[in-house]
Amino acid sequence: MSKEHLSVADYPLAEKRPEIVRGKQGKQLDEITLEALLEDRVTLEDLRITSAALRQQAEIAESAGRSTLAANFERAAELVDVPQDTIMRIYELLRPGRAQSPKELLAAARELREQHGAERMAAFVEEAAEVYERRGLFKKRF
Amino acid sequence: MSGEPRTFANRWKRFSDWDERPLRLDKFAVEDAENGFASFSSRHDPKPGLTLGSGGVHVLDGVEARDFDMIDTFIARYHIDPEIAPEAMALPSHEVARMLVDMNVPRTDLVRLARGMTPAKLAEVVAQLSSLEIAFAYGKMRARKTPGNQAHVTNAKDDPLQMAADAATAVAFGFDEVETTMRVARNAWSNAVACAVGAAVGRWGTLFQCSSEEAEELRIGMAGFTSYAETVSVYGTEKSFIDGDDTPWSKAFLAAAYASRGIKMRCTSGAGSELLMGFHEKKSLLYLEARCLCLQRAMGVQGTQNGGIDGAPVTCTVPGGMRELMAENLIAVWLDLECASGNDARATESEIRVGAKIMPFLIAGSDLICSGFGSILKYDNSFNASLLNGEELEDYLVLQRDFEADGGLTPVEETRVLALRTRAVEAISAVLEELGLGRPTEDMKMSVVAASGSDETRSYLPRDVALISESIKERGITVVDVIKALAKRGFTEEAENLLKLVRLRVSGDYLQTSAVVRDGRVLSAINDPNDYLGPGTGYRVSDARREEIVAIRDVLTREEVLRAEGVHKAAEAKRIAYRTMGPAAPGSDPREVVIGVSPAFGIKLFQTVAGHPLSAILRELIGGITEGGAKARVVRMRHTADTSFLGLSAARLAGSGVGIGIQAKGTAVIHQKDRLPHNNLELFSNSPITRLEHYRRMGANAAAYALGQMPEPVVVPTRGEAMGSRYHARVALIYAIETEMTSEGTAPEDIEVTFLEGAA
Repeated sequence: MSKEHLSVADYPLAEKRPEIVRGKQGKQLDEITLEALLEDRVTLEDLRITSAALRQQAEIAESAGRSTLAANFERAAELVDVPQDTIMRIYELLRPGRAQSPKELLAAARELREQHGAERMAAFVEEAAEVYERRGLFKKRF
Repeated sequence: MSGEPRTFANRWKRFSDWDERPLRLDKFAVEDAENGFASFSSRHDPKPGLTLGSGGVHVLDGVEARDFDMIDTFIARYHIDPEIAPEAMALPSHEVARMLVDMNVPRTDLVRLARGMTPAKLAEVVAQLSSLEIAFAYGKMRARKTPGNQAHVTNAKDDPLQMAADAATAVAFGFDEVETTMRVARNAWSNAVACAVGAAVGRWGTLFQCSSEEAEELRIGMAGFTSYAETVSVYGTEKSFIDGDDTPWSKAFLAAAYASRGIKMRCTSGAGSELLMGFHEKKSLLYLEARCLCLQRAMGVQGTQNGGIDGAPVTCTVPGGMRELMAENLIAVWLDLECASGNDARATESEIRVGAKIMPFLIAGSDLICSGFGSILKYDNSFNASLLNGEELEDYLVLQRDFEADGGLTPVEETRVLALRTRAVEAISAVLEELGLGRPTEDMKMSVVAASGSDETRSYLPRDVALISESIKERGITVVDVIKALAKRGFTEEAENLLKLVRLRVSGDYLQTSAVVRDGRVLSAINDPNDYLGPGTGYRVSDARREEIVAIRDVLTREEVLRAEGVHKAAEAKRIAYRTMGPAAPGSDPREVVIGVSPAFGIKLFQTVAGHPLSAILRELIGGITEGGAKARVVRMRHTADTSFLGLSAARLAGSGVGIGIQAKGTAVIHQKDRLPHNNLELFSNSPITRLEHYRRMGANAAAYALGQMPEPVVVPTRGEAMGSRYHARVALIYAIETEMTSEGTAPEDIEVTFLEGAA
């Protein structure tokens, strides 16, 4: 990746900077055609967003003055390769009363950090553990 | 008891009339902040305040950091920008309120300040604005320049054929987003496939979501069928949040998860949700909502579905409720969030309140004016009826035309709708067949194409749909399979359209704030920012767009009026003959009443607005005059088409001094020669409701006046019909035909009238 920082001038990427847009398996936008799909040269996997695209959109959001949106895209970039079941399991664990102690959330944070390199997301889950404890969310709900 | 019936005046009957109005089905609540019924202020609302120190926010709106609940914590850490907060919080609220309505203060300046404001501060500022000022500020502050709209597409049977047809219809009317949900939870997958296919008919780019259980919704998104989500609700009190089975962290996690799957997402919040859930902390609706909105910006979602939403009906029971809904929407856009501005849950049975509710948004514009305009009939709406529904869609189209305002929709011709519905039904049927999910019969398909709602269809029922839906889910069918099925069966355009929609995920451009797809391009707050700085700036309806908006159906033209008259010409020729006898001279017979007809009467125009043939009118007038003991003479006026002057000129020619003036459209007058033009004896001004018997009685009365009597004037009863709105366009066109035939200074002509067929 170049060190270039994208800005609002590069948006929409699909129009202004198609050369830097790539599908999950490296395909360019103009390679993702109906013909290619019918010949199985394009699969659902090619139609997924990449962490690179999310980071590019984060840069654009930042340059538009939307730092919280950019931060969400950064967190999302870390989750791109996290399996669906893992995502749903951690989401479930973050809901009130699911975890009975900070330990479970801290374990989930560790998993995100160590297995998926999701540093920001891990810190976010750790923060939740701290706040939940202070607010008494680690109790059984019926 | 006396034998005579007596009326007891124990009630002014008007109240009984009012009892019968739909409005009275709405119930209203007394303002009561202690019990959560206060729109703008409660004594329990905190005063705005912020103390920053090492490590961040120490005090937020009067609450010390150690006492922060989860919402305070999240807002303090992620929303408050410490670089801006000191400046923003120091500005007097009334000054900021003025900046919001000052067209010279750019939106970007105000958006910057909002990042440093606490919920109580934001609420305090917007509370100072009147409804008009809120609407104006909303138009200035909303993020994307071009307004848009969102449709609900659901039906009471979860029938995929109807789902597809109705999705295609909604797309044709111009909705930027389509949202569906189910009667039966299991049917989510079928609904998703059907709407995705239907929304790919006609054009591409309409974003689509299937509102269902959170995990299921994300799975459906992963399979490629949906492109956005908006059911991630947040609440303004901690207890409501927990009761809603989430926390700010779990919801923010979900927000990141959606983005990681390339799916556009907004949160949902709205006044009244905490009140309905019973955890309002005695705070005002607006203050709680300001918390929700700061939280959403803090989470990093691009937008919000906001403005009461499911809480709108309860909010509208409180004084200032509708103003509050506008105020919270203003806070949303001020916080730089895309706003799908409510106007969805039907908050009233009163059509007047419905119209009033939508007007500010129609005029100000909004990213999505309704976050669910019911494009289907009310009973088919599985979210519950919307503020505006399939029944009222044309009313909305006309409002756009009336105010030359872009409400995001475009009128569509009948033939085009039918063609699109047919195509959508064929497309989804092909997909069902190709994937071995069903074989819809011709009868099923045909019943759906023509159906206004599911009561009229003979198609799938919820149980059939559950089988289809579960099969889609279990077999792991994805959008790729559906695209292939479409292409294989010759629906190449739809296959391309659907692929283009899914391909949006690759670049992620449509994840940015306020993104929609217009004419194949992503349009968002980044490349279409609202740059309002007064007249001539911001969103303007272009000439081309105006042409679309005004093109509603059944508009009258002069040609059409003349064509309609032409149809009656032949029939009239069989009933009556007019023979011109030369210039009319004043009569001398004291029993003579002159009927002065207008220039186009029986020449270019042949029936009244009420639909009576002019021959019948003349027969009645002459018959009445004769029965009344007078004598009729018919004269055509050439110098005027005005009723009063037709009557007065006729009176001046009449031996009795009494005349009748009549226009071809049926407006008639009895006049007397010495009277002022507009001080007539009798006038039938409401020609559309004037019946033949009235004309006969008018003739008889004219005779009576001629004989020096004073008859009971003929009164044409009206029931208050909006006569002008029904007839004025046509009347103006007809009258122009009359005036075109006038010629100043041309003398009246005597006309010999012969009734040819069945003339009494």
